[in-house]
Amino acid sequence: MAFQNSTSTLPLAAVPKKRTRKHTVGTYFGATGVGAVLVVYALIILYPLVWMIFSSFKSTNGIFQHPWGLPIKWDFANYVNAWKEGISQYFLNSVIVTGVTTVLVLMVSALAAYGLTKYRFRFQNIILMVIAGGMMFAPQVSVIPLFKLVQSLNIYNTYWALILPYVAYRLPLIVLLIRAYFMSIPHEYVESATIDGCSNLGILFRIYVPLSKPIFATAAILSAYYAWNEFMFANIFINNTSLKTIPSGLLAFQDALNTDWGGLLAGLTISALPLIVLFLFIQKQFVRGLAEGGVKG
Amino acid sequence: MMRTAKMSPYLFVFPALAFMGLFVYYPVVKNLQYSLLKWDPLALTQQFVGLKNYITLFHDPVFLLSLRNTTIYAVISVIFQIFISLVIAAILEDVIFRKISAIFRTIYFIPVLISMTVIGLLFQFIYNPSVGLLNETLKLIGLSHFAMSWLGNSKTAMYAVITVSQWQSMGFTIMLFVVAIQKIAPELYEAAKIDGAARIRTFFSITLPQVKEMTFVTCIYTITGSFLVFNEVYVITGGGPGYSSQVPSTYLYQQAFIYNNMGYAAAIANVLLAITIIFTLIQTKLFKTGKE
Repeated sequence: MAFQNSTSTLPLAAVPKKRTRKHTVGTYFGATGVGAVLVVYALIILYPLVWMIFSSFKSTNGIFQHPWGLPIKWDFANYVNAWKEGISQYFLNSVIVTGVTTVLVLMVSALAAYGLTKYRFRFQNIILMVIAGGMMFAPQVSVIPLFKLVQSLNIYNTYWALILPYVAYRLPLIVLLIRAYFMSIPHEYVESATIDGCSNLGILFRIYVPLSKPIFATAAILSAYYAWNEFMFANIFINNTSLKTIPSGLLAFQDALNTDWGGLLAGLTISALPLIVLFLFIQKQFVRGLAEGGVKG
Repeated sequence: MMRTAKMSPYLFVFPALAFMGLFVYYPVVKNLQYSLLKWDPLALTQQFVGLKNYITLFHDPVFLLSLRNTTIYAVISVIFQIFISLVIAAILEDVIFRKISAIFRTIYFIPVLISMTVIGLLFQFIYNPSVGLLNETLKLIGLSHFAMSWLGNSKTAMYAVITVSQWQSMGFTIMLFVVAIQKIAPELYEAAKIDGAARIRTFFSITLPQVKEMTFVTCIYTITGSFLVFNEVYVITGGGPGYSSQVPSTYLYQQAFIYNNMGYAAAIANVLLAITIIFTLIQTKLFKTGKE
C-alpha cells in the first residue's frame, strides 16, 4: 500500500525534468512504510536466532527465569558439554559424508558430461534422458526399496549407506549443469590438444576441467549443501548413534540432553554455524549455485 | 585402437548410469512391486494382494487427512513463497532500497542455510506453552488470551509447522526472484521511468511479465515440495497430536518403519510418485508453451 502511495504522488503534469526525479516527499513517506515492513520481516528472522545464541550461554534455570535478553554471565560450559556429548562426532561424520559425496558427484558427473559432450554415439540421447529423468523421482518414493537395498549391499549403518544414494540423487542436476558448460568450450582447444597427443582422460583433466572451474564450484556447493542438510535417509539408513550426521544426530542429542536446554541450544548453534560462515565468505558463488540448482532442480 | 574409440563414450557414462540404475530406477520399479504385497518384514511373510493396498488407502481417514494437510501446505506456501516473495524481491531491487538491500537479502537468506532439524528443535522452544517466545511476545503486546500450546493443539499444530516452513523457505525464493529481476534489461525500467509509470504499474507491466517463466517454475517446485514435505513435520510434531499434522511422507515413514506395513507404505509412496510426475509434466508443458 505504502509502496503505491510513494509513486502515485509523482506529479504527471509537472515540469518534465522533475518527473524523472527519484526522490519526492511522497517517495520518502512511502519508502518509510515499506522499509518498516522489511525491518519487521528481518526481526522475525533474526530474533529466534539471536535468542538461540543468547540462551545457549545460559543455564536451564536462567532460560526459564530470564527468557529475554542477554545472559548475565557468558558461560561456555554449555558448548563444552554439547561438544563432548556427541556434537563433535556428528560433526566429523557430516564432514566425511559431505566431503566424499561431493568428490564422487564431481568425478562421476565430469566423466559423464565429457562422454556426452565429446562423442556422438548410439543411445546418446536416451542415456542423457535416463540421467536427467532421475530428477523426477523424489527420495520419499524410493525410501523403502532403498532401505532394503542398503541392507542387502551390507552397507546399512555405514557412511556408504548415505554417500551412495546422495551421489545418485545429485547426479542428474550436476551432469546437466556441467554438460551445458562443457558444450560452450570451443572445439579448437580440444583439437590442438589431440594433435599434441593428449589422451581422452588427459583432454578432460587438462583442458575441460581447468576451463570449467566456475561450474565445478557451483556443483560442489550444490552437492555439499544437499549432503550436509539431508535428513530422511540420514535418519533411516543409519541407526548407530556414533555414525549419525548432524541433522539426524541432533535428535539423538535432544533425547540424551532431555532437560539441559542450554546444552541443546549450544548444540544447535554449533550445527548452524558452518554453512552460515561459509556463506558469508562466498556469498556470490553460493547464491549463483543455488539459483542455478533451484531453477533446474 | 578403433575398438577403444568406440567403447570410450560408454565407459565415460557408465559410472553415472550405474548409480542412477541402482539407486534411483531400480528402487522405483521395486516399489511398484512392493505396493502389491501385504508384507511384514518381521514376520517374513509376503503375500500378493493386487490393488488392495490402494483401495484401503483411499478409504483410510488418516491418509485422506494427510492429503488435505499437504494441500493446505501447498496453498499457503504458494502465497508466501511465490506472491509475497516476489513482491519483497521487487522492493529489494527498487532503486530506493538498492543501497541497503544487500543486508536484508543476507538476513532473509540465513534460514535457508540452517538444517531443518536445527530449525525444528529451535521452534519447539519458541512454541513452548510455558516459556516459549511466541507466547511471551503475545503477553508482552497484550494479546495474552491468544497464548496457547501451539504444538499440543490439534487445530494449530499443522499451521505452526507450516509457519516454520515459510520462515525457512521464503529467503530462498526471494533470492531466486532477485536473481531473475536482476536479469531484466535496465532499459525497460528506464523507459518506464521516462513514461512516469507508477511503481505498482511498473511491477505489473515490466517485472511480472519478465519473470513469468521463473515464477511458473518456482511455483511448480514449491507445490511439489509441499506434497513431499517430511523433515519439518517429523522433527516438530511427528505428525501429532493424534494424526492432526500427518502428511503423506510422515505417514509413509510411520507405516513402513514403525508399523512394519511395507506394502501399504509402498502404495503411499506411489501416490506421491504419481503426484510429482503430474506436476513435472505440467512444468515441461508450461515451459514449451512459454518458449513458443
